Amino acid sequence: MLKGYIPPYNATVVQKLLDQGAVLLGKTNLDEFAMGSGSTDGIFGPVRNPWSYSKQYREKRKQSHHRADEDSNWLITGGSSGGSAAAVSAFTCFAALGSDTGGSTRNPAALCGLVGLKPTYGLVSRYGLIPLVNSMDVPGILTRCVDDAAIVLGVLAGHDPKDSTTTQDPVGPFILPILRDVSKLCIGIPKEYNVPELSSEMQAFWSKAADLFASKGAKVVEVSLPHTSYSIVCYHVLCTAEVASNMARFDGLEYGHRCNVNVSTEAMYAATRREGFNDVVRGRILSGNFFLLRENYDDYFVKAQKVRRLIANDFVKVFNSGVDVLLTPTTLSDAVPYLEFIKEDNRTRSAQDDIFTQSVNMAGLPAVNVPMALSSQGLPVGLQLIGRAFSDQQLLTVAKWFEEQVQFPVIQLQELVDNCPTFSQHEKLGLVSLKR
Amino acid sequence: MKRGISEVSHNLWPVASDAPSGAPGRAGPRRDGCGSGGAGSTSRELPFAGSDSEKASGPSPERIEHLERLALVDFRNREGVARLQAAIEFAGQLRAVDTDGVAPMASVLEDRCLYLRADDVVEGSCAEALLQNSQQTVEEYFVPPPGNITLPKQSEQGPVPKS
Repeated sequence: MLKGYIPPYNATVVQKLLDQGAVLLGKTNLDEFAMGSGSTDGIFGPVRNPWSYSKQYREKRKQSHHRADEDSNWLITGGSSGGSAAAVSAFTCFAALGSDTGGSTRNPAALCGLVGLKPTYGLVSRYGLIPLVNSMDVPGILTRCVDDAAIVLGVLAGHDPKDSTTTQDPVGPFILPILRDVSKLCIGIPKEYNVPELSSEMQAFWSKAADLFASKGAKVVEVSLPHTSYSIVCYHVLCTAEVASNMARFDGLEYGHRCNVNVSTEAMYAATRREGFNDVVRGRILSGNFFLLRENYDDYFVKAQKVRRLIANDFVKVFNSGVDVLLTPTTLSDAVPYLEFIKEDNRTRSAQDDIFTQSVNMAGLPAVNVPMALSSQGLPVGLQLIGRAFSDQQLLTVAKWFEEQVQFPVIQLQELVDNCPTFSQHEKLGLVSLKR
Repeated sequence: MKRGISEVSHNLWPVASDAPSGAPGRAGPRRDGCGSGGAGSTSRELPFAGSDSEKASGPSPERIEHLERLALVDFRNREGVARLQAAIEFAGQLRAVDTDGVAPMASVLEDRCLYLRADDVVEGSCAEALLQNSQQTVEEYFVPPPGNITLPKQSEQGPVPKS
């Protein structure tokens, strides 16, 4: 739909980075209009996870008697901001921007071994971010370590007169202190997140992380977010409804793809949109319009808005009970092969994969994926930390402590290892990208 | 699939076709929808009445056409209809939640003031840059095909075409 479109202006988040001297290396691939959890449904094709080519993964494949150099069995990055995750994960760039409406930054961060930050809704400007769900979208930040994410957040956060949903309160600075003593910290473990679909390996890592906090003196408690199981359905209705409205602007007239039909305006719009949108987008628009029909409006859309309040209130109650940060899985398992992923359709996958990340967007809270360790397949697994609204600095401080504790390994890309003999001496480079 | 209006609840034919767009964002192009202006939807005492009958048989072809006209995307093939049916069923799970006395939440920032900018022009005058993105322009105008011509009705065309 946006074929040939050259934006005549920069998004605020892009402009802020450019103003600070950032060098824009390029634009990355994603699921079309950020709808998807695999980065497989874009017009430029699916995105490959750099870890598919890593020494760590390939050695495990050899051990289990698979051909290590199988190219056809490459892994997905997760999505929808998979291209950004792949770029950062493969050391192509220092940081990348994504978007996060249901987990689209945190999901690929987890599968690509990155720090994926979803800031509090209202902290970072959405001006220039193509809207999907106006009340849940935020720009996401992908980096290799927590300090880098804090640097980028420091540049991006703050009121923007062009986005009236940004907070007017002063924000930052986002310099992270080194946390030495976690004994005053209370970590919440939401019991409803222990779903049957969670792989046993992920469950074990989650437990291990909780134990880690406890062993260092933090208080670790089980909490309840009772409406968690409804968040996907609620999101389904709200998202499709907002999409139906937001996608209405793409009509081929002022920008983007335009078809050849010239019989009437309506016919031109309809044909342009048929040609320009993929199945996923069209499906959501149609569903959204269904839920917004006058006789369905109260029963679906308003109902979903009420459920949203219940979900948001769950979090408020938990944070009011003394919990500082919630610790949850980010994804159900490590990265799966593309051929495996496409066996189910986009909506099914999104519904499955968004389970841990979605309700955070409902409530507008900050959340971050921190890579923890490599799975038995040699692939990254990450955990999610969720904080109170506008507590992004505290959240990142805890994340940084956790990162330091787990010492997630640097990706070893075969070509890099072969061509650069000094690489192994710089393995620590990945953890601190900016030396001051 | 069920056919015929008499078998379907009269709730399926609202008076006006405008779908309220609950979200901020530019309104889509105006259109007049069905054109047939069926019986008004008068009763709200049967929540989900429309979707119950639809649940049993799937959205009727009239319904699909109505949605397509509102959305101006077509998805009338079997796959599209099946997708919609699945989406409707999936959303039906919301019924199980007790929301008595709960106010709908439109934004997480609802308890804050959102400030508007002063109505002063501070940037713009970039007509040329904007026009360059369009495929058909004449001087400073975007050129659409003729308006006021509604999409032809497709329901006479019979069974759902193959995907």
